[in-house]
Amino acid sequence: MSLEFEKPILELEGKIAELRHVTSDNRVNIASEITRMQAKADKLLVQTYGKLTPAQKVQVARHQERPHFLDYINYIIEDFTPLAGDRNFAEDHALIGGLGRFKGEPCVIIGHEKGHDTESRVYHNFGMARPEGYRKSQRLMKMAQQFQLPVITLVDTAGAYPGVGAEERGQSEAIAKSIETCLRTEVPIISVIIGEGGSGGAIAIAVADRIYMLEHSIYSVISPEGCASILWRNGAHAEEAATALKLTAQDLHRLGIIDDIIDEPIGGAHRRKEETMENVSRQIEKALNELIPWDRSSLIQNRRSKFIAQGRNL
Amino acid sequence: MNWLTNLIRPRIRSLVEPKDVPDNLWQKCAGCEGMLFHRDLLENMNVCYHCGHHLRISVKDRLEMMFDNGAYDKIDLPDVPHDPLKFKDRRKYADRIKDSRAKTGLKDAITIAKGTMGGIPVVIAAFNFSFMGGSMGAAVGEAILKAAEEAVKSRAALITVPASGGARMQEGMLSLVQMPRSIIAVEMVKDAGLPYVVLLTDPTTGGVSASFAMVGDIHIAEPGSMIGFAGRRVIEETVRETLPDDFQTAEYLLEHGIVDMVVKRQELKDTITNVLSMLMKKPQPEKKAKNGNGNGKKSGKGGNPKTNGKAPPASGEKASIDMEKDVQAARALGQVKAAQKAARRISKPPQKSAAKKASNS
Ligand SMILES: [Zn+2]
Repeated sequence: MSLEFEKPILELEGKIAELRHVTSDNRVNIASEITRMQAKADKLLVQTYGKLTPAQKVQVARHQERPHFLDYINYIIEDFTPLAGDRNFAEDHALIGGLGRFKGEPCVIIGHEKGHDTESRVYHNFGMARPEGYRKSQRLMKMAQQFQLPVITLVDTAGAYPGVGAEERGQSEAIAKSIETCLRTEVPIISVIIGEGGSGGAIAIAVADRIYMLEHSIYSVISPEGCASILWRNGAHAEEAATALKLTAQDLHRLGIIDDIIDEPIGGAHRRKEETMENVSRQIEKALNELIPWDRSSLIQNRRSKFIAQGRNL
Repeated sequence: MNWLTNLIRPRIRSLVEPKDVPDNLWQKCAGCEGMLFHRDLLENMNVCYHCGHHLRISVKDRLEMMFDNGAYDKIDLPDVPHDPLKFKDRRKYADRIKDSRAKTGLKDAITIAKGTMGGIPVVIAAFNFSFMGGSMGAAVGEAILKAAEEAVKSRAALITVPASGGARMQEGMLSLVQMPRSIIAVEMVKDAGLPYVVLLTDPTTGGVSASFAMVGDIHIAEPGSMIGFAGRRVIEETVRETLPDDFQTAEYLLEHGIVDMVVKRQELKDTITNVLSMLMKKPQPEKKAKNGNGNGKKSGKGGNPKTNGKAPPASGEKASIDMEKDVQAARALGQVKAAQKAARRISKPPQKSAAKKASNS
């Protein structure tokens, strides 16, 4: 997948790759040409990513090559032990959770997984969870409280799944109760929006003590496409809707919805996955160090106060 | 996920239509197409006296119907920052708000009031669907917090009456965070040991249904109300199958174990008062005469196919079903009921045919 606005950069990078394969007597000239072009590509990348429009950020946030939940599990969590099912109806592959060690310390980690190819995307239902996913997350949060383990949630979903079965089994109730559980869980909760934070299905697991967004991730009450088709009566206005919704990390930090922004490498998370995950890991570690000494009741009180204060002083 | 989905639009139309009918005239029931004289309809709490179809009711009428002697104290809505996103689609959000205020005479999509029901102190937060589809933004969230504080302060029960398409998109994330904020309000009431009752009315969808509206101690729904998370059209587009006739109705939710009961409007006050008196260990409320609701003199007339003899037994019926073994049986039962309902309903008219017939007559 290539993004339209990245094309000039990708073309340059393609040429550089070609040059590297050229066998020529004039190696010195080629080497300097490569250096020159690489510098140009880098500059272009910095320029482009320095002023991404909200609509472009939507594309970056949804980029298939972006590190997904399971990439983080592999990279920053040791001994991950997935725990399946809501103990009631089913296992939901769109919302994964389990036990693991973060920097050596046990924790509960929960997040949406979108999948990385056709097969896995179907398996994970494109990261769109059903009620069972939100009930599993409640179960795991309660377990975290029982054993005093901090909770890390990684958010990456277009939204909760809109289907007959999901409605039948109480999608609304599952999301509402998941939010309530977040509010009641007496252990530190850290949430990171790693890609797409799609409305109710996202906030269901993102009511936390610390909420972070990756630099080019998005978090929104509705998708720009959905918003455009309702308010503009025309999905073609999605770009305007993306701007109007103030869904970027930078806007939401200004509005006090999130606590901080986690830097992405130049050119976006999809260019250097490990560096991205390293940045996320560092931020989570910092937050946990701050929050772990807190006593249970002040955690809950502060979490409530934080949300009560949201939007009051704008 | 489209919270204010296309399904809302025809509903807004159906809300507006009756208003075009002068007070002394009649309107057509959307349930049975029977003629309804306006004055009789009002006396019957906006419930069709032919078929029992529940038409929308204004918040003012709702509050008068709920509170003892129709008396209550309105609580001022707290001020919130005005249009912090400076949102503009085809029109400015600021202008839309101004228009809605002028049209409805209300400050925002919610009204909060306190009073008593059967002598029990209650705070009610009721949505005004006619104000931007009852959408929940900061003003609504703040009002629910205020209602909860008021309930805790005066040791009152909290009752919310959602009628909403969901979150108010024009406030972006500041509307989405009203989901946790409104649930925090409920938590305050629950922490104080006070009951929280949700009276789900038509429609309750999206971010409203997925927050404070689904964490009640008691969930009561009005017959025929549309209650769900995703809009019908979004689901149809996603799953590409025809949805059951009663999909996302109050009765459907009852069958699926999501609401405690479906209660006719005429019986709401008694039902809620009775439940509250037990939860709050207050004296048993005075029993009214049988079938008595004192208000709708015609409520007994014409029968009520949607809820006739069904409301209270249905929850017991559901409880008796062995969930594990008989999920299919329950589904079949639901289907039979839906079929019966469909047959009894004089072909519930889809929007188009209703319009056609209306123009023919
Ligand atoms: Zn009727």
